[in-house]
Amino acid sequence: MQRSSESALTRVLQAVAAVGLVLLVTLLALPLAGLVTRIPPATLLARLREPVVLDALRLSLLTSAASTGLVVLLGLPVAYQLASREFPGKRLIELLVDLPMVLPPTVAGVALLTAFGRAGLAGGALHAIGLSLPFSTLGVVVAQSFVSAPFFIRATRAGLAAVDRRYLDAAATLRSPPSLTFFRVMLPLALPSLLAGAAMSWARALGEFGATITFAGNMPGITQTMPLAVYIALQSDLDAAIALSVLLLAVSVAVLVAVRLVPLGLALPIADARRPSR
Amino acid sequence: MLVAHLVERRGSFELNVELTAAAGETTVLVGESGAGKTSILRLLAGLDHPDRGAIRLDGDVYADVAAGVLRPAWDRDIGYVAQDFSLFPHLTVFDNVAFGLRGRGAPRREITASVDEALRLAGVADLAGRLPSQLSGGQQQRAALARALVLRPRLLLLDEPLSALDVHTRRQLRGELRALLRELPCVTIYVTHSPLEALVFGDRIVVVEEGKNSQAGSREELLRHPRSRYVAELIGTNLFVGRWAALVSGGPVVRTSDGVLALGNTSGDGPVFAAVSPTEITLYREPPESSAQNVFAGTVLELAPEPPAGERVRVALGTDPPLVAEVTEAAIAALGLREGMLVYAAFKATGVSTYM
Repeated sequence: MQRSSESALTRVLQAVAAVGLVLLVTLLALPLAGLVTRIPPATLLARLREPVVLDALRLSLLTSAASTGLVVLLGLPVAYQLASREFPGKRLIELLVDLPMVLPPTVAGVALLTAFGRAGLAGGALHAIGLSLPFSTLGVVVAQSFVSAPFFIRATRAGLAAVDRRYLDAAATLRSPPSLTFFRVMLPLALPSLLAGAAMSWARALGEFGATITFAGNMPGITQTMPLAVYIALQSDLDAAIALSVLLLAVSVAVLVAVRLVPLGLALPIADARRPSR
Repeated sequence: MLVAHLVERRGSFELNVELTAAAGETTVLVGESGAGKTSILRLLAGLDHPDRGAIRLDGDVYADVAAGVLRPAWDRDIGYVAQDFSLFPHLTVFDNVAFGLRGRGAPRREITASVDEALRLAGVADLAGRLPSQLSGGQQQRAALARALVLRPRLLLLDEPLSALDVHTRRQLRGELRALLRELPCVTIYVTHSPLEALVFGDRIVVVEEGKNSQAGSREELLRHPRSRYVAELIGTNLFVGRWAALVSGGPVVRTSDGVLALGNTSGDGPVFAAVSPTEITLYREPPESSAQNVFAGTVLELAPEPPAGERVRVALGTDPPLVAEVTEAAIAALGLREGMLVYAAFKATGVSTYM
């Protein structure tokens, strides 16, 4: 009796799970299907050749590459400190680093304005050295960096922390001081995580909308990135918006696939780094 | 010449050892796991630092806590082979071995020559292009050894270098490694839990028990004059620790916490060790009426045939103190000996060797 009621419960749960799965997949897949089937490929290509689209594409690639570079440059030391040391205020730094992930992007944009805007906290100082961030391409890069940094730092920190201490010890016994060991052992072993983090960070920067439009505005050729162009196109020309969206979708899929493939190609070293082979 | 005094407290475990080791010799640290052997190696390497003490290698001070000197591992002239070898998984065997030389900024040609020589010496010249994951355990061990030796260390530290290998590979590598170590001019410290390896490799043997070195000496000294139960067990003999005394009835005796031991012609004063070889012990099923003056009763705990042929059998006895006897198979059969049986272990006064 007990057993049969239990197995009945199991069946019900399985059924619920199956329905949930179908619904979720539909929710995720159907819009994608709509996007790619809406307009024929020929029209799509024609649309993508329009100057406003090309401008947005160029600007998006430029700014997202720049912000990813900035995030890697500034994020790597942070990730290293968080991964390898205990220090006062570490929890606070962790919170600060994670915050942009949960902060609504428009709020991030407003926050950036209050910090780096003309009347912002650091606005005067920036103005004094002839730098104006709001409503400039540089501002786009700052907004993208702000929202995308956590993705890189989190992944890189985890990768660095996963490097087995034994290898760092081995390097030390081979006359390698810690600074050299970082570049010769830690970084190569954490490389897959680092690349995955950089790719996710780049994808987040590429898709950035809220903080960018709030902080940097929407000026074609200067601050109008792809997501902004999609939004603007949507007001007047649905097909153009779709064409742009398909392009962004293709890029996103490519990043995801690349993130999956890169660690696969380097899986051997990192698997070893975590589990000593005997 | 290495001279070290190391004190390290980790929770309730305290390590406190004095260690000297000569160049051109292999000094074996032998002891059970958890005795502190690896801790000693890590302190000598500079991967950890002692709470008190000092480490001197020839004229160099590697550590002197009182003077505030604690040189990190990368600033010491050492070679270290970890128990699991710790080869860098992202580098080929060649690059692993070249790692230390490259860090030093040696010229490329010199690096290639040195690495090739080290690989040849360790017998892995043909594996230079492989990744560690493509190597067997024995090959990894050789590569790790080459990586340590290529820097020509003055202090070579080997942590259980053979224990991660299968029995066959271990046997094969043992002889090779022994020959290799014999040629090295450096101070070699070899850590093992295996008594056999200690006797094979140790020009000098230091026994580590619960964070202390309980005995140190040459192989011969250790075999002839064990000074703790643990050492006696390592080399498979029986040891009594007690004080000289004399009975009114005549002969000299050793008083131990477990009773009185009758001795041969020797006598003395103060504390004394008394060793009884397992072959000196005869087993009886009834209390013996022979001339043996020392008789202990107890049950048979274990019968273990001695390799290679097993014609002699080691018998572990639950006497007080526990004894080990070594008897022939014929004797086992004649006595009908089996585990759990009550027996009397007897040995003559002249079968006891005493030393201070």
